[in-house]
Amino acid sequence: MDNWISWGGSALLAVGVVMSALSGCDKPRSQVVVFTENAIPERLSDWNLVNIINGALTPNSGVVPYDLNTALFTDYAHKLRTVWMPTGTSAQYDEEQFNYPVGTVLTKTFYYPRGEGETVLRTDNFANDYAEGRAGEALDMKRVRLMETRLLVKREDGWQAIPYVWNEAQTEAVFEIAGDTSRLQLKKKAGNVSEFTYVVPDANQCAGCHADNFTGKEISPLGPRARHLNRDYPYRSGAENQLEYWQKIGYLSDVPENEILPSQAKFSDASLPLEARARAYLDINCGHCHNPAGAADTSGLMLNHSETDLRRLGVCKPPVAAGTGSGERLFSIVPGEPDHSILNFRVESVDPGAMMPELGRGLVHEEGVELLRQWVSAMPGTCT
Amino acid sequence: MKSLTHMGVAMAVMLASACSPGDQSVQKNALDVKANSDFQKQLLRKLISAKPGDVVLIPEGEFQINRSLSLNVDGVTIRGAGMDKSILSFKGQIQGAEGLLVNASDFTIENLAIEDTVGDALKVNEGENIIIRNIRVEWTNGPDTENGAYGIYPVQTKNTLVEGSIAIGASDAGIYVGQSRNVIVRNNHAEFNVAGIEVENTIGADVYDNVATNNTGGILVFNMPNLPQPGHGTRIYRNNIFKNNVANFGHEGTPVAAVPAGSGIVINSNDNVEIFNNDIADNDTANIIVSSYFTAGYYSDKSTQKDFDPYPEGIYIYDNHFTGGGESPDHLELKALKLARFGLGGSIPDVLWDGVVDRDKLVDGELPDSLKLCIDNADAGIVNVDFLNDYQNISTDISAHKCQLKKLPQIVLEFDQPANEGKTSSHLAVLEGANG
Repeated sequence: MDNWISWGGSALLAVGVVMSALSGCDKPRSQVVVFTENAIPERLSDWNLVNIINGALTPNSGVVPYDLNTALFTDYAHKLRTVWMPTGTSAQYDEEQFNYPVGTVLTKTFYYPRGEGETVLRTDNFANDYAEGRAGEALDMKRVRLMETRLLVKREDGWQAIPYVWNEAQTEAVFEIAGDTSRLQLKKKAGNVSEFTYVVPDANQCAGCHADNFTGKEISPLGPRARHLNRDYPYRSGAENQLEYWQKIGYLSDVPENEILPSQAKFSDASLPLEARARAYLDINCGHCHNPAGAADTSGLMLNHSETDLRRLGVCKPPVAAGTGSGERLFSIVPGEPDHSILNFRVESVDPGAMMPELGRGLVHEEGVELLRQWVSAMPGTCT
Repeated sequence: MKSLTHMGVAMAVMLASACSPGDQSVQKNALDVKANSDFQKQLLRKLISAKPGDVVLIPEGEFQINRSLSLNVDGVTIRGAGMDKSILSFKGQIQGAEGLLVNASDFTIENLAIEDTVGDALKVNEGENIIIRNIRVEWTNGPDTENGAYGIYPVQTKNTLVEGSIAIGASDAGIYVGQSRNVIVRNNHAEFNVAGIEVENTIGADVYDNVATNNTGGILVFNMPNLPQPGHGTRIYRNNIFKNNVANFGHEGTPVAAVPAGSGIVINSNDNVEIFNNDIADNDTANIIVSSYFTAGYYSDKSTQKDFDPYPEGIYIYDNHFTGGGESPDHLELKALKLARFGLGGSIPDVLWDGVVDRDKLVDGELPDSLKLCIDNADAGIVNVDFLNDYQNISTDISAHKCQLKKLPQIVLEFDQPANEGKTSSHLAVLEGANG
């Protein structure tokens, strides 16, 4: 209870319940509450991180939205990511992973823009998701359907993952470790509707990806690292590089000076080199398991950003235990031949026994698939 | 993970203190999962919020599960009422590459069935002291390429016991032990899989008292390249390996897809393998195949780490009981070879060898004894198919193989006390008492 400001436990809970019932007219807003790891509230709103206020899902003050150069694909869901740190603390810069202070809370809210009727939209455009005059910040509840909000909280002994699932009425997200499913109708602009099951992972599955060191089982944030964050964000005060902004507000320290900070490609930016775009895509979508300490090190296939050995990257590499995932193909990557490459087969599959990533999607990511086809097509050489 | 294990407790505490109606089922010890429509969610919660020492009980009944289950907490036991009584059926699974995925040490699973998973049935990825006992993994439609790949699949584990279990219908291996150390696989039954039992890149395995029948290949010991650990030291003994003649239904590109139907035991690229006191009968290609990685079909510098050893070395075959076998081999080359060399009514000898040796290791044109394929098995014969020279110099000369090798040590698992053998039920009762 160290972090509870002054109230007793049940009293605070009661406040939380009342607050969410009154959301929209409860001002000034209460501060962010960091609950201890054994006292996780049932309602997301109790944290005061992101609350529905005046019809918009709104980050509290100090709860700063951020975005990534290239993000994990999760069935075309849009995501609102935020970071909050206790007053007076900051993350220490490190090229691979920042050292976040104890008490840091990251949130990631998965949502879809609403379409006509019960449909949700598949679109790259985030501009219509936000409340009037609150671009990049507050989600307009009339325009979006919220699915889940996941928290990562930094404790003394590591990160804790805390998943919340939004209710049908879109009034509250509830603590749920066992995951959830919803049928969704996803509509492409001027396209037909594809129906699929949106699956909220269970808490172990969250950890399955976030423990990029599988043996240690320590979970860690995958997105908010230097190479993913190094880009502009449209803050209310104007667009600004996120790493610079974090330093300005005191969230990031020890950034090396006079040094070019790593920056990963935006996978969809066709003006960038194909190689950089494909490797950025593989890093964020696959590298958390396919790295030398990850859950998929059993396969010998390494797709993390720092891998340089072509065979370990899959070129002419025979499968080990791919099973159904081999797709009747001989090598992970056959240069020039995406139709003969296991890697392409697996990202193009939606069979849970064959597809990659194994979790987090039920749909094919057409843009990602196309990028990886181009990448393999452009590779020189043969496997014979 | 430590933090996640607290979440269940947190939930229970919160529900109590907030006076909400809801799931009060998170308990301290024996967690008796009640059969009801919400079974899946309850089971997920119990596994996720389990604490060391917990026993998660699966009651009698068939339960439909449509997403992967997983366990990340050390020291947990999952126990059913019997492999034909407590059934987790994954028919219609929509999510997850396994039925149950375990990343934990001191783990025991026993007395239940996992059926019809879309991918692997039970995968244990990393962990020490793993006991998989009296479980059944099955694809109930029989052999089918579209079945999941692996039935019982410990990988990168240390000290692992797989016993008394049944694996049926896997499109790769029924029981597959990969990249592990110190393994015992005994008293199991593997049927209608591509590979019945497969030991791959594993150091120290005893495979005994198993039945492997009606698979494409009965028992396989393989080494694959590009992995951190090459395997060696497997003993295959007292097994009953017969009629593994099911047409290969594996996916092309997988290592087992190259296994000819009708293979009793297959050793590929692995070293120091001892095969003795087995009953091996009526495997139509050959009762035993010893081969190099070259026969897998995709050996090249580009595909293989530099220091990979593709040669099976130190293979010792003795005192087995062979009956029939080799009468109707799979693969065109082997069919032609059999006909040309042994005639219409003849058969391939008990041991089929690809004849590939590491030329760099030859001394005066011969391998040192410790690297040889030694056969000390009454009148069992051999055929060397001279694979690298397109079957040109086929030989049945066994004289070069009349040798003996130093026997491998027995695998001992600390938790596997001899006193407990054959007394499974009373042993379990003690466990329950201790935890209940």
